[in-house]
Amino acid sequence: MHRYRYAALLAVLLIFALVVSACAPAAVAPSAPAADSAATQAPAAEAPAAEAPVGVTELRITWYDDGNEGAVLRDLLDRFEANNPDIKVVIDTVDYASGIQQTLPIQLEAGEGSDMARVTQLGIMSKYMLDLRPYLSDPAYWEENFGPFLKWMQATPDGDAIPGFMTQLTVTGPFINRTLFEQAGVPVPSDSSDQVTWQEWAAAARQVADATGTFAMVMDRSGHRLAGPAISMGAKYFDADGNVALVGDQGFKDMAQLMVDWHADGTMYPDTWIGSAGSYVAGNVPFVNAQIVFYMSGSWQVGQFNANIGDAFDWEAVPNPCGPGGCTGMPGGAALVALNTSKNPEAVARVMEYLTQEDVMEEFYARTLFIPGHLGLAAKGVEFQAELPQTLKSLNVFAAEVGKLAPLAYDLQAYKYNTILFNANRDRLTQVFTGELTLDEAIQRMQEDIEAGIAAQQ
Amino acid sequence: MSVQSRQTPTLPPQRITIGERIGRLFYQIYAGVMGLLGWLAEPIQRLVGVKHMAYFFVLPNLLVFGIFVLFPMLLNIYYSFTGGSALFPQDRPFVGLQNYQRIFDCGNLLDPATCREDRFWRGFFNTAFYVVFQVGGMVLLSMLTAVVLNRSLLGRGFFRSIFFYPVLLSPVVVALIWKWLLQRDGLINAWLVSMGMERILFFLNANWAVFWVIFISIWAQMGFYTLILLAGLQSIPKDMYEAADMDGASRWQSFRGITLPLLMPTLLVVLVLSVIRAVQVFDQVWVLTGGGPGTATVYVVQYIYETAFANQTRQYGLASAASVILGMILLVLTLFQLRVGRKSDIA
Repeated sequence: MHRYRYAALLAVLLIFALVVSACAPAAVAPSAPAADSAATQAPAAEAPAAEAPVGVTELRITWYDDGNEGAVLRDLLDRFEANNPDIKVVIDTVDYASGIQQTLPIQLEAGEGSDMARVTQLGIMSKYMLDLRPYLSDPAYWEENFGPFLKWMQATPDGDAIPGFMTQLTVTGPFINRTLFEQAGVPVPSDSSDQVTWQEWAAAARQVADATGTFAMVMDRSGHRLAGPAISMGAKYFDADGNVALVGDQGFKDMAQLMVDWHADGTMYPDTWIGSAGSYVAGNVPFVNAQIVFYMSGSWQVGQFNANIGDAFDWEAVPNPCGPGGCTGMPGGAALVALNTSKNPEAVARVMEYLTQEDVMEEFYARTLFIPGHLGLAAKGVEFQAELPQTLKSLNVFAAEVGKLAPLAYDLQAYKYNTILFNANRDRLTQVFTGELTLDEAIQRMQEDIEAGIAAQQ
Repeated sequence: MSVQSRQTPTLPPQRITIGERIGRLFYQIYAGVMGLLGWLAEPIQRLVGVKHMAYFFVLPNLLVFGIFVLFPMLLNIYYSFTGGSALFPQDRPFVGLQNYQRIFDCGNLLDPATCREDRFWRGFFNTAFYVVFQVGGMVLLSMLTAVVLNRSLLGRGFFRSIFFYPVLLSPVVVALIWKWLLQRDGLINAWLVSMGMERILFFLNANWAVFWVIFISIWAQMGFYTLILLAGLQSIPKDMYEAADMDGASRWQSFRGITLPLLMPTLLVVLVLSVIRAVQVFDQVWVLTGGGPGTATVYVVQYIYETAFANQTRQYGLASAASVILGMILLVLTLFQLRVGRKSDIA
């Protein structure tokens, strides 16, 4: 009996040892001190990746995709890894709203983030960014080619950190389904005029929608997307002291009122704004399905429309509609930045230096159909790898829109707390659409939400 | 017959079945584990005495409860008295009752529009409405289903499985299935259009959205409570019904006089479990409607989640205060149930 007792004891000890060893961190190789830590810190949605061999530093990028950019990046990184066998880069592709906007900041706050990430809310994320300046061989190259955009990534107004580079510059602006215009026999307003107002576009889109059984307009459920039209309608957003002041901002109220009216009379596709609460929703799906005449979004959609719509119908970008305040969209973009949770800043800097080489960037922009965030390439021009005329035309339209952006649009984009502002605009305005608040009440609530949000940040 | 000629009969060789072998193996493992525990427990018993050994046995469970329930709960209470957006408690400034004051800063507590933190109160009233109708509807339907399934009907086992099946599904799967059915281009609208009728935009109309949120949660959870009530019904002695039958009692009288009183303890358990679950409603609705249209299906837990995590300002203190308030409401409801349960036991 004792024999069995000892055998069972050994079995229990063995199971216990296995459980303990499974929970323990992987062994640390002296030559690669952080390879294992990166693996244990990986977010839940990580890509399947083999364990990095001893002596190889594993870096992780938290990434999201609008189109094919993840695949292009992987291709470029494969070439980098072939020439740099001591570094392995894993791309963890996550959902933009839940992965980048919601989960990543919490991971970073807890010190559990990845080495690099593709982010859009540069101001509010700047406190988690790593300054690569001490690790770069040629910081002047970065200042020369990314200088204006580096300002968006500073944690303090006078900062000179180099945390990363823009994977794309974006401009918000509308797309139209020209095929629907042709089917309805309605002329496209921008074909005959350089300056078409928002009201004129809405009227034309309504005519097309009535004739074709579609919806006239949709806008991404985003305060950022609303900002360009609002500035065009004369919104000021800030008071003389530089503080957000929405109450009494007639231009903002006018644009908000247009949105309310368009939702009330069925001009706007209601599912995107009304059918949700508390998060960003893109309006691209009904547009791709040819259910929408006019879609207010931005340049980042070109790549995926090129792939998903192709020539199924004639789609194209058109210049931003106008109002008393101008005809502007909003600048923006996504940046690949180094994060201060990285244990391998030197390796991160090597990857970043490779990716920002002019020829590498040119290939990236050409294949992803993104507007270059590299000043040298922007000046030289990129030969985009697209054959569809609507794709090339749309890229040209957005490139032209960059030069027409209002100074206030740049100020708003550089404002550190713009995310708080945009979210308050989005959620409170939706409550007006559903009748929960009046427009005046909603604007008052937006102001209070923004002030409370900024106070919490400080 | 001589004594020597009498031989002991030889027994046939013992045949051990696979079941017995497995049983023995398990016994041996069990004996080994118990031996190991005994080896650990004996010196402890010598040290603390037999009287205090109970603490040793509840220690593992206490540790798990302490680390994963009690400590986070206390930490949450502490967070509710702090401000700022820092994650770690040591980095958060103490603000006293500020977060609670902000939540209760209302012109009229019954009108969310007059409250500073109006979204909390919208969530609160939405939750109250949901609890009343979801729990009421579910208990009633579970009761009816259990009474029907308790009778000898054809295919009783099949029906029991059918009613229980949705319980096995994850809330996210349940929400996705119904979303595909109910959305603008979903199956139900496709059918309506094919019949020449207008689409119904279930998720863009507040009344429809609330109705479907309640209906779907009843559909998904009803089987669980039906099973509990069915067990309660089966524990009622049959002879009581026979006696009532002999006395000429109608079915309704039997139900009111026998079934309901004897089922009351089970019914109370069902009630408290379903109320607690209803107050915590979140995941299914988050996937189904996202809280929309507007804030029609935003419930308190969604408010807490958005305030703490989805909202870029990450107001952990405010979210913690809201969750403490929610916890207090649950505590009051549970104590009330216990009190009612005790009274019913005495009666």
